[in-house]
Amino acid sequence: MAKVKEILLDPIFKNNPIALQVLGVCSALAVTSKMETAVVMSLAVMFVTALSNTSLSLIRKHIPSSVRIIVEMTVIASLVIIADQLIKAYAFDISKQLSVYVGLIITNCIIMGRAEAYALKNPPGKAFLDGIGNGLGYSFVLLTVGFVRELFGSGKLFGIEILPLVNDGGWYVPNGMLLIPASAFFLIAFLIWGIRVWKPEQVEED
Amino acid sequence: MQNDSIKKIITVSLGVCLVCSVFVSSAAVFLKPMQEKNKKLDKITNILKAGDLMKEGVDPVKIFKDNVVAAIVEVATGEILPKEKCVNELDLEKYDIKAIAEHPKYGMSIPADKDKALIRKMPKFMIIYMVKDVDGAVEKYILPIYGKGLWSTMYGFIAIDKDLMTVDGFTFYEHGETPGLGGEVDNPKWKNSWKGKKAFAANGDVLISVIKGTVNPAKPEAVSQIDGLSGSTLTTRGVNNLVQFWLGESGYAKFFEKLRKDGSNG
Repeated sequence: MAKVKEILLDPIFKNNPIALQVLGVCSALAVTSKMETAVVMSLAVMFVTALSNTSLSLIRKHIPSSVRIIVEMTVIASLVIIADQLIKAYAFDISKQLSVYVGLIITNCIIMGRAEAYALKNPPGKAFLDGIGNGLGYSFVLLTVGFVRELFGSGKLFGIEILPLVNDGGWYVPNGMLLIPASAFFLIAFLIWGIRVWKPEQVEED
Repeated sequence: MQNDSIKKIITVSLGVCLVCSVFVSSAAVFLKPMQEKNKKLDKITNILKAGDLMKEGVDPVKIFKDNVVAAIVEVATGEILPKEKCVNELDLEKYDIKAIAEHPKYGMSIPADKDKALIRKMPKFMIIYMVKDVDGAVEKYILPIYGKGLWSTMYGFIAIDKDLMTVDGFTFYEHGETPGLGGEVDNPKWKNSWKGKKAFAANGDVLISVIKGTVNPAKPEAVSQIDGLSGSTLTTRGVNNLVQFWLGESGYAKFFEKLRKDGSNG
């Protein structure tokens, strides 16, 4: 049982795909200006990592190593298309805001990375948990960054006003810089810094 | 292990492709009706928002059906096309501005010196929506408008009152401007500031403009001016240009001229 917990929770702090492995940063910049989009994006990535890990692990003993990457890409791309179609059907407003970024999950290195590093070597049950775990790790970063950006950038959380803006007669002057994708770079850097102060073993020697 | 024999490679690749394609195509086919419904609902909601017709708890499709009539206008003459000509691409249900603007027969290029909205091509026939009151008289006209902002082409609607002068509503339904800066074109407070502004002079000249900074209410021209969005000069300029373009001679001017002449609205 301890093993399950480890596989599931390690990727959140101990081995976070964004904070430690610095994978999948691009999409973390693009979709975190609002919590709503960050949540949907997190779910989509979790869906894809979990299922791609499981299905690749199921056929891992039959994948010829020479076409390994292509097989992985085919499976991942199909799952991303399905996720995109589902979002379009059930969360149309959000799909308009996420625009191309759902499709770009295909290029998210976390998924490919986990398929290569874990799913091809482990049984499906474990691979599934690893997928969920890494999805959670990605979500953790996305939601933290999204929280800060939406709260201080537009004074809202999930579109509900928390800090009344000067524009609407309140007192809070929003920090416009936080709404620009580049601000996520700073936030992610602070996050990595924080995690590494807390867990010094993650600091890279050079 | 025979995994790297040519036979195995081909079998595995084909198998994976086959299974994946079945999943992808069934997702596409089964979810399509729902996606189409969403798209239609989205469009209707935006038209209703521009016309200030949204009601809490009432199905937008029903409000639309009860209050709004669509029609196709020939931009060059301002004539409303008879119903029987609204077929194929010009079908009122299927009309798609982007497709019509590019259409060899129904679209046209705009000469560069007139292209204030920077859209290069526009439809020869535009769809418009008329909001009718209970007696069937037109209350307001909801007109699609679009043009270039800073990053993106912005698509929206402007509603003009039956007095053919006053703006009754304004909204964008699709744009890619910077959230928090140019994206503030979605700010309800700013959109509300359009209401009641005079878009035209009595002779039909376009008066409305979006200025840089805040409108000084003491000045007489304030009735036709809209506050610019702070921190987004280029988006503001884009909105100004596209509104003036569409209400002006290349846009709906002929249509309004005709309405004024007919005086059909008393």
